[in-house]
This record gives sequence, C-alpha cells and structure tokens, in this order.
Amino acid sequence: MIDISESVMQLLLALIVVGPLIGAVAALLPAPPGLKGKSPDQAVLRHGVTVTGAVLVAAIVLALGFDHGHPSRMQATTDISWIPALGVRIHLGIDGISLPLLVLTALLTFLCALYSYFKMPKGPSPKAFVALILVLESGTLATFAVLDLLLFFLAFEMVLIPMYFLIARWGGEQRARAAWKFILFTLLGSVVMLLGLLLIGLKSGTFDMMALATDNGRGLSTSVQVIAVLAIGIGLAVKAPMWPLHSWLPDAHTAAPTVGSVLLAGVLLKMGTYGFVRILLPIAPDGMRTFAPYLAAFAVVGIIYGSLACLNLAKQGAKGDLKRLIAYSSVGHMGFVLLGIATMSPTGVNGALFANIAHGLITGLLFFLVGALKDRTGTSDLDTLSEQSGMALYGKAPRLGGLLAFGAVASLGLPGLAGFWGEMLALFGAFKPAGDLSRPAFLVFMSIAAVGTLLTAAYMLIVVRRVCMGPSTPEAPRLADVRGYEFAAWTPLVALTVLAGLWPAALLGLTNPAVQKLLAGGMK
Amino acid sequence: MTAVAAPSVASLVQSVDWTAIAPPTIAAVVALVVLVADLFVGENRKAVLGWTSVAGLAAATLSLVPLIGARRSTFCLHNAPYDACSYTADRFTLVIQFLVLAGALVTALLSISSLKDARNHRNGARPYPEGEFWFLLLSSAAGAALLPASRDLATLVVALEVASLPAFALVGLKRGDRRSSDAALKFFLSSVTATAVTLLGVSFVYASTGTLHLTRVATGLTHVDGQLHTLTQAGVALTLVGFAFKTAAVPFHFWVPDTYVGAPLPVAAYLSVIGKAVGFSGLILVTVIAFPSYADVWGPALAALAALTMTVGNVAALRQQATRAYSAVRLLAWSSVGQAGYLLVPIAAAAYSDDPQKSVGSTLAYALMYAAVNLGAFAVAALVARTKPLNRLSDYRGLYASRPFAALVLGFFLLCLAGLPPGIIGLFAKVTVFSAAVDAGLGWLAVVMAVNVVIALYYYLQWTATLFRAREGESTGKAQVADRFCGPLTTAVAATAVIGVALSGAPQVVLRFASTGLF
Repeated sequence: MIDISESVMQLLLALIVVGPLIGAVAALLPAPPGLKGKSPDQAVLRHGVTVTGAVLVAAIVLALGFDHGHPSRMQATTDISWIPALGVRIHLGIDGISLPLLVLTALLTFLCALYSYFKMPKGPSPKAFVALILVLESGTLATFAVLDLLLFFLAFEMVLIPMYFLIARWGGEQRARAAWKFILFTLLGSVVMLLGLLLIGLKSGTFDMMALATDNGRGLSTSVQVIAVLAIGIGLAVKAPMWPLHSWLPDAHTAAPTVGSVLLAGVLLKMGTYGFVRILLPIAPDGMRTFAPYLAAFAVVGIIYGSLACLNLAKQGAKGDLKRLIAYSSVGHMGFVLLGIATMSPTGVNGALFANIAHGLITGLLFFLVGALKDRTGTSDLDTLSEQSGMALYGKAPRLGGLLAFGAVASLGLPGLAGFWGEMLALFGAFKPAGDLSRPAFLVFMSIAAVGTLLTAAYMLIVVRRVCMGPSTPEAPRLADVRGYEFAAWTPLVALTVLAGLWPAALLGLTNPAVQKLLAGGMK
Repeated sequence: MTAVAAPSVASLVQSVDWTAIAPPTIAAVVALVVLVADLFVGENRKAVLGWTSVAGLAAATLSLVPLIGARRSTFCLHNAPYDACSYTADRFTLVIQFLVLAGALVTALLSISSLKDARNHRNGARPYPEGEFWFLLLSSAAGAALLPASRDLATLVVALEVASLPAFALVGLKRGDRRSSDAALKFFLSSVTATAVTLLGVSFVYASTGTLHLTRVATGLTHVDGQLHTLTQAGVALTLVGFAFKTAAVPFHFWVPDTYVGAPLPVAAYLSVIGKAVGFSGLILVTVIAFPSYADVWGPALAALAALTMTVGNVAALRQQATRAYSAVRLLAWSSVGQAGYLLVPIAAAAYSDDPQKSVGSTLAYALMYAAVNLGAFAVAALVARTKPLNRLSDYRGLYASRPFAALVLGFFLLCLAGLPPGIIGLFAKVTVFSAAVDAGLGWLAVVMAVNVVIALYYYLQWTATLFRAREGESTGKAQVADRFCGPLTTAVAATAVIGVALSGAPQVVLRFASTGLF
C-alpha cells in the first residue's frame, strides 16, 4: 500500500522478531532514571506496553509496506548464515500466509500487555511476568517469520518455558499440574518433530524451507516423506491440538491467567496449524496425501468431540467451567482448521488460514471476557454463575453481557462475522478435496463436520442463555460494567471480527495467491 | 612417552618438539613445583599453592595458542620402514586439550574456594592436605591432556593411568571422612579392573598385529591371520572397556553416584567433565584411528552401550528424591551418566558412516557444550553448598529469591543440559548428535535418544521450576550470615555462564568441529 524500500522492510522484520527479546532483557534490568514511574512494578508493566506497542506498530508498518500485488512472493527476506556446520541460516521472510498471523500475534500480545498494565494477574513480581510475555511474543513471531526448519523448531520450542512459567506462577487452581501437562505433551511431540525435520534436512541436504518448497518433495522418496510427515505431524498436532492429543489444552486454559489463555488460544495454537501449511503441504506432499484422510478423520472427530464436551459442560448441574468450555470449543474450531488443511485444496487451505485468524480474534475476545467475569464474580463455574434460572448479565452489566453474546455468536459462525467464512470454506474444501484424495470419504467428513456447526451453535446459545439472560431482580448486586482499559483491549478484536466477516476478501486476497503457489510447489 | 619398539640406538636420541608437548608438560611441571613448594610454604600461606596451580593451568591452556592451525608430531620413528609418531598435536588433540585444561582451570577455581571454606570451618585444622590436593589435580590434568595426543596404545594406557590414579586419591583425600574413603575404594577397585581388561585387550591386539602405533594397527588389522581372527575381535572389544569405564558408560557406571557424593564437590565436577573427556577421546582414538576395519565389532557394541547408558542414567536421575541428602549431586551424577550416552552416539555412528571424522566431531561439539554447562552447574551447586551443606534438591527451592543471579544461571545451565531454549547451544549440540545418528542410518538409536531427551527434560525442568518457586515456611528477610562473597567461585560461575551464553549466540564456534576433519 505504501512504498517502503526492501532494506527497511528487512530491518522491520528483524526488529519485530528480535525487539521483544531485547525488551525482555531490559525488563529484568532496573529501570533507567527518568523511566522509573510511580513504582518499579508500574514502570515494568509500562515497559511491556511500550515494547509490545512498538512491535505492533512495526508489524502494521510492515503490513502496509507489504506488496499486496504479489502476496505469494516472500518479502522482507533476510538470509544470513548462522551455523554453517549444520547448514542453519537465519532466513526470515513473510508472505500472504504468514503476514496475517504475524500481525495477529503482535496485536494480541499488545492487548494482553495493555490489559495487564491495569489488571496484573495475582502472583509474583510483574518484572518476570513482562519478561516472559515478551519472550513468548518473540518466539511466536519468529515461528511465523523464519524460513529454516531448524530455526522453526527453535522458535517453536522457545515459547514453552515462558508459557510454562506463566501458567505455573500466575495461574489459578491446579496450575502446577496443568503447566506440567502442557509442557510434557508439547515436548513429547516436539522431540518427535525434531527427528522428522532432521530426516527431511539430511535426506534433501538443506534445511531451507524455500528451497524445499520449490522442490515440492521431488528430492525425497515417498517412504521418507511418509515417515517425516508422521513425525512432524505428531509434533504439530499436539500443538494445534488435534484430537486425541488435545488433553493438555483444557487443563492449561482453565489454570492459566487470562492473558495466558488469550495468548495460548490466540496465537500458540496457530503455530501448529501454520506448521502444517508451511512445512508439510509443500515440502512433503506425497507423505501428506497418505495421511490426509486420517488427519481429516481425526479433525472431524475433534469437531464433534469438542462440541459434545462443551454441550456437556454447558448443561445445568454439570459444574462446567466457562474457561474449560471455551478451551473445548477451541478443540472443535481447530478441528475445522485441520479439516481444511487435510483437503489439500486451495479452498480448504484458505479456509483453514482464515479460520486460524478468526479463531484467534474471537477466542481471544472470549477468554478476555470470561477472565473479566471471573475477576468480578470470583468464579468461572457456570452453575455458580447462573444459579437456577440464569445470571442475567444483560441486567447487571449490559455492555459486558452484550460483548459476551457477540463473542458467542461470532464463535458459532454467524454469517457476517469472522467465524463464518473460515469454517464454510473448510467445508467447501472437503466437498471437493484435491484430485487424488478420496472424495466420498471427504463428503462424509464434511457432513459430520456440518453437524458439528449445529452442535456449536447449540452450546454457545445455551451459554448465552444461562449467563446473559435470566430474570433480573432489582435487589441483585450490579456488577461493574466494562471499564475503560477493558474497552481499549477488546474493541480492536470486536472491530476486526466484524471487518473480517464483512470483508473477507481483504484476508483471502492475501492468502489465496500464496496458497496456490504453495500447493503447486515453489514459493518464489 | 617412549618411542615404542625403537629399532636402533640412533633413534633413541630424538629431537623433541617442545612446543607441541608443552600443554601436558607445563601441567606436570607445575604439579611437581607445587608438591615441592608445599614443604616450604607456611601453614597460613597455603593459598599460594592454589593460585600457583591456577596460573599453571592458565599457562598450559595458553600454550595451546601457538599450536593452532598446524599439525605437529613428535616422538616419531623415522628409521623404521614406516613413519609412526607417538605424540601428535592435531585439531582433535587441541580441542580435547583445551577442554581438559580449561575444565581443570575451572575446577581449580572451585577448589580454591572450597579449600578455603574448609579451612575456616574447622578453625585452622586442615581437612585436606592442600599441597597434595593440588599436586594430584595437576597430575591428573596432565595425564588427561596427554591422552588425546597419544598415538600409540602404550602411551594411551599410560596416559589413562596418569589421569586416573591421582583421581582416586582426590576422591579419598578428605581426612576423617568415611564416605570419602569408601567412595575412593569403590572407584579404585572398579577402575583398576577396567584398566587391566584394557591392557589384556591391548596385548591381544599387539599379538595379532605386532605393533602398538595406532595407524600401524589400523593397517595391520586389515590382514590379520585367519587363526587370530577371534583373538583380534576379543582384543578390540576388550580394549574399549577401560575407556568406557572412564566415560561411565553402563554397565561400568555403578561407581558414579557414590563417588560423586563422597568426593569433594570440585572433584566430582572434575570427574564428570574431564574424566569423561579422557574416556571418550580414548574411545575415539582406538575406534576411529586404530580399529576402523573392525567397525562391525565396536559399532554395534557402542550403539548398544550408548542406548543403555542414556536410558539407565536418565531413569535413575528421574527417580531421585528431592529431600534426600546430597540429592542434587546425585542427580547431577546420574544425569552425567545419561549425557555420557549421548556422547557415545556419534562414536557408534562413526562405525556406520561414510565420514567417521564428521561423526565423532559431533561428540567433540557436544562435549565442549557439556563441559562448560556441567562445570557451571557444579559451580552453582558449590555456591549453594556453602550455606546448605547437605545439597538437597529441596534446598534449591526459592533460590531466585535469595540469589537471583545464581538461580538464573543455574536455570540456564539446566536448560542447556536439557536442550531447550534459551539454552540454544544445548539444543543444537543435541541436534548434531541426532543428525550424526540419522545420517549413519541408526534410526532406532535416534528414537531411543529422543525418548531419553524427554525423560531428561522432565527432571531438569523440575529442578529449574524449583529454583523459582516460593520458599516454604521461611522468612524471606532472614540474613544469611555464612554467605560471603567468594571471588574464585563467582569467577567460575560467571565464566561458564558467559561461555554458555556466547555459544548460544554463535553455536558455530563449537559446532564447526562436526563438519570438518579433525585428524
């Protein structure tokens, strides 16, 4: 949109990846004179807002400077040799697939930092909190920006330690157990993934994703591809998460602080699905074709399983936790993303990428809202909240209630909001999967997934009915309605949800050419 | 260092390349100087001995600098129909010598502080005979530095003994400590047996090839008399035993936990790093240089050894109870057994690979990372042991609150050992080992290692998490009286941390050994 020279773009991208890391180190040092603020805690939280804000601005400028005419071309590329012994290169670059995820990450982290500035979760000092959030941001952004398999693995692993500590130190009940479960599941997956990545790298002689994607699997025998896809796929599927490897997710979400949940659902899960699109689809297409039907089957089971689990939690007397419910709904939504990827067709993959972004926006918003509700009432237990006949949030805090209802309908995929397009395109993709995949199988998957959307609508509406509606009694204590900072943190998410729903072309125009090129082989 | 089987009197008068042999020689000479000086230095000025040793080790390390880039050999047989040298300073030698001498330097720094503390603690009564301590440490370092340069089996065994014998004494040096003497005895008996077995193996190899020079052995082994075939095979296998023992490979590992716990902490650190370096550099020399034609014997053996070692070590480390006395040292001991398994993987892979030098380069890269990081972890353990002499894992709870720097550094070291960012160098060192295995077609070993990495992650992470947990039931404001600043110890911690962080930024510095020729 605006013309920025390539070298500035390179610098911007490098800054986006490295900036948060420098910020994390700076957060641990004492504040310099003049920036001390009211108290050390306030100063460091403000530091977090400043750094994430700067990264967000850089990401927006990068998005503006991005050549929207050629979104399939890798832009702002840096390619420096780092470890010649292993053939690892610091290869950064963005295209239409990674750019939206990069901006989403920068946005969500900034909103989280902003929210924490006013509402720091209970726990030890904010110094470490801010540093961890920044390391987390750096790792996530790096995952989306790197074009080297080993660097991707490094970035993928980098988020683990910060997220572990965010859950274990600032989380709620059962946090130690949940944090362990989170890190052990992910590590088990990622060690297997490392073996797969090494197999690809050693058999083809390069770890460079661009070169490998251009090769489109021609340099790798089918058996190598099958083994590699199995190994890498397990690592990514744990992260995504794919049923039946999802069981860490509900616990982690329930225990994590609000900000942790938002980042976990909003961006960390995307790293898994992004890996599928960026690595497995173009680099090992034969192996992917072998496993696509299984992936789709697991994805569909995940959709149904997630929805049924949510329905069960939403029932009266089930002692369902709202955070847990949204976590399970994530399993369902990510099922749609995986189904889209498994179709290996441009429509399906585009749908998957769209659903990725939509899920990040909507689920991020929902976790913010539930977190705010928990802060106000002290519980996120659905039965306690709604008692017998409903909580009547519309009456007690109309704006909060309205936003919650908005988040719920967006999540169930109401046309006109972001949640709709991704899932619809994923279903379309399944209607007509890539030529060499079994169409009848995918038709079955599609119809089951369609039932899933109905189930999603059912539980979301039950939640709205139980939390937002109900007899409003005048003597019931009113809850504090949406505060200024909450408004600031949530408005961008609402606005983008509406925008993506009304103008999907803005996003699809970016992803589609890149996806076409990716599936055809070659990323130049 | 004698020229073995010298054919004529003329060759007994040799020109010796003193620069090439300087590193082990300086260490040995300083050892003697310290031993003699101990007689003349007054009781309250014994600290001088420690600083002399540190200076000596530093000089020995610096003497490596002029050797960089060239390949120098000395103690050669020129008059024979072939050229064979007993001492060679090539790239491999220099890397291991650097590891050994720098590691010994860090050990010396740790020892200075623990000797000083021991002196203060017992009101002047010395629990350690200091002169002997420094003499033994330096002698052992000299032997360890000689070993990678040895190119004949006799020198190799002599170097192995020079490195090991003082180590037994070091373990048992603590006066009036029964655990210490027990540990030394256990260590001594098992080590002597292992060395005896190695000698037997060497004699078998000598019997079938008629030479002790590694390169000659290699050519000799290619055409062994058919009748001697079994003898040679047995010889090859038995020669490995003594070195496997030093690496603490399973089943030669049982001495490790008790020895580490019984030994003074710096000595345990020394054994875990330099002791292992001695073992695996010996293994590399005999397998890759001397016995390449018998790769079908030692390859599977080492692969099985590696798999067993890492599994046993990691599972045992996993089972350590946090509240047991010395559990931190025990955990480090078992984890070092597990790490030894990773070190063996590339050596086993060398048997199957087209380019064995590249494979064993991965061992070197991994060992350099491990040396820095493990010494660092022991240094922090020594720091903690000053206030909490029992050194239980539960003593580390809330370390971040009382000593943020030490806790951050220990966390970093542990994550390096685990191979998880921010310990980038640990991660990439593991990647080279993995790739050596995958490259050589040892897929099953890579999978076993992957499982082990996950097991190890569990206990390393648990320890790391403990560091940052809030302390139980203790008032945080309690002043720690016994906690004084200690220069050498802080230097050791800081130096290892700086090396670790620098390597994480530029892993190529050590990883390049995995991609270039070594010999």
